[in-house]
Amino acid sequence: MTPTDPHVFVVEVEDEPGVLTRVSSLFRRRTFNIVSLTVGTTERPGISRMTIVVDAPDVAARRIEAHLWKLVNVVRVEDVTRAASVRRELVMVKVAADTEARTHVMKLAEVFRARVVDVAPESLILESTGTSDKIAGLLDVLRPFGLLEVARSGHVAMVRGTGTQGPHAADTESEIVHDSNVSYSV
Amino acid sequence: MKKTGSQILWECLVREGVTDVFGYPGGAILPAYDAMLDFPIRHILVRHEQGATHMADGYARASGRVGVAIATSGPGATNMVTGIATAMMDSSPIVCITGQVGSRLIGSDAFQETDITGITLPITKHNYLVTRAEDVARTVREAFAVATQGRPGPVLIDITKDAQQSSCEFDWERAAPNVRHVGVPRAAISDSDRRAALDLINSAKRPVILAGHGIILSGAMPFVRELAERAGIPVAMTLLGIGGFPASHPLNLGMMGMHGEAWVNTAIQEADLLIALGMRFDDRVTGNVRTYARGAKKIHIDVDAAEIGKIVAVDVGIVGDLCDALGALVPGVDPGQRQDWIERINALKGDSAVRDIQNLPDAGHLYAAHVMNDLWHATHGRAVVVTDVGQHQMWEAQYYHHDSPRSLITSGGLGTMGFALPAAIGAKVSRPDAEVWTIAGDGGFQMTMPELATIKQEGIDVKIAVINNGYLGMVRQWQEFFYERRYAATPLLSPDFAKVAEAYGLRAFTVKTRGEVVPAIEAARAHAGTVLIDFQVEQEDTVYPMVPAGADLHAMIRRPSAIAETAMEEA
Repeated sequence: MTPTDPHVFVVEVEDEPGVLTRVSSLFRRRTFNIVSLTVGTTERPGISRMTIVVDAPDVAARRIEAHLWKLVNVVRVEDVTRAASVRRELVMVKVAADTEARTHVMKLAEVFRARVVDVAPESLILESTGTSDKIAGLLDVLRPFGLLEVARSGHVAMVRGTGTQGPHAADTESEIVHDSNVSYSV
Repeated sequence: MKKTGSQILWECLVREGVTDVFGYPGGAILPAYDAMLDFPIRHILVRHEQGATHMADGYARASGRVGVAIATSGPGATNMVTGIATAMMDSSPIVCITGQVGSRLIGSDAFQETDITGITLPITKHNYLVTRAEDVARTVREAFAVATQGRPGPVLIDITKDAQQSSCEFDWERAAPNVRHVGVPRAAISDSDRRAALDLINSAKRPVILAGHGIILSGAMPFVRELAERAGIPVAMTLLGIGGFPASHPLNLGMMGMHGEAWVNTAIQEADLLIALGMRFDDRVTGNVRTYARGAKKIHIDVDAAEIGKIVAVDVGIVGDLCDALGALVPGVDPGQRQDWIERINALKGDSAVRDIQNLPDAGHLYAAHVMNDLWHATHGRAVVVTDVGQHQMWEAQYYHHDSPRSLITSGGLGTMGFALPAAIGAKVSRPDAEVWTIAGDGGFQMTMPELATIKQEGIDVKIAVINNGYLGMVRQWQEFFYERRYAATPLLSPDFAKVAEAYGLRAFTVKTRGEVVPAIEAARAHAGTVLIDFQVEQEDTVYPMVPAGADLHAMIRRPSAIAETAMEEA
């Protein structure tokens, strides 16, 4: 992984009006480019979970994390970029497929473990869940048939194993600043 | 006991220690104003809501207590934006309260409705929209905590008219702020950081302390002093750091950056270690970042984690309160002096003293720098000086020598013209026993000049020095240096400021020669009440030295030598 690869943050926020604006405004204000941002409810009432993927080098990612912590409604921030984590994205693709192409498209879908969720005379809707790489691969093989519409959910991420990697866990600290000589008392 | 939202608002403000608020009434805040009369609060009626925010800001900076500004919805609220942004950039703890249209009208483009929480989102630490009386107490308590904890800053509370009018049970204890939002624990400095910082400090041959606003905010001057004296480390000041380390201290180098003295900037460029304390490597401080202090290791201590590594990559970054961090560090610092380094810096001073305008022969010109220097002498360096933005601000920083924290109040980060007069009013209200001087240029002064009426109505005693050169001087200086003297829109017509002050019922003098400066200052000091002095100074004077924006810090435009200048005068 190079220092400029996208960073993945899991951010827990209070479920209050305007919180999404506060978070997205922070990225806009500091000119960080959001690749994807998803929000949903969590196991805890009143707490929403965001997964934010940002195109930012490591130094900037550390600043983003610090800025996120400063938001009053932010409960937890974790940079899971280098953590052992499961990351998934859902995609729905409407592919041009007449009677002739349909079987072929469905075979390819099977290889990618994509499900057919709608069949129309001239098109199919496929649904697939996976990493960005897998989804990119699926779209590549479908492209020759004609991609009529693509809808992607954005990423969600979760750290593997028991418990979460809390912000103060010793192992995350070293992960966050792995390639600089800087040490931080956060 | 049941109380209205308005009563709860004032009850909470009083319990938070508020005694003075700066504001302007209007439709959506009327219930709150009506309730105010029953509480021990001094309300200062401003002439523009921007003034209220600068007053709250000046109040906070002069005293360390939270300043409070209050306005109505819509235009009242939007007029506060400049003052809020000013407070945000300079980490000043203020709470702004705005009225909002009734909760059922929100979103309907009602009369005087504006989305002030949306507008101020990026320029507040946090803001709140309160639509129920039940939420007023908790919100006010939390706002004060958020404004003051960690890195201070402005907080806005927008309260709908119905939330002010309706009633609910009031229970102060149960309205404690959400623990998730406040009371961030102060992290102790880690052993590894401590060791790393001490290794750098103890092995440095040419260290410089960069002293910022955080020293004043944290009250860390004694620690900085101990560090500097224990290890013989010279101290350079940011503009907002001035007062955080005594100007008269032999280790104080003076101000760094764009208008810092040449030897200060050169010392930073030659340093092998920078110890940055509560400062943020502003572009006015660093010049070209790529060539900034390239030979120096850097230790950065700041309460805001997001400042570490933002502009300048650092070797040790410590997040925490300066008192805590320095308290942990200083005992481990090797005692000693760095005589070679001090001598090197003294050598760098070279002919700077000769170039100093104070040492020019008196050719009958009145320079602004003379006024600053004379004011410093006449007030024994003990005034609280509130400056506006521009040339006079830099001259003040160069020639008024501040020995104590909170004695210079100026808009550094945002550079807000019009700041000085209202901020001085706020400073005086928070510290009635202090001698408060406003220094403003003829441009900035006219931006908030109507607050003279506030001064008169409230019987406030601030001394006002208008540095009047008939130009927007700093912009003119840039045009002189970088735009071939094409003075686009910088020549400035002003009224007779003395007559203006007199029209407001205030005393005033006009000063045109050097010899009149001190008598005018003394006369102003002797008068119990506000006095305005219109100092009509040299028109095309220049702030030296100057590092052009983005240039290398050591690439300064120097002050012309006195000898050359004298020769020019004589020719």
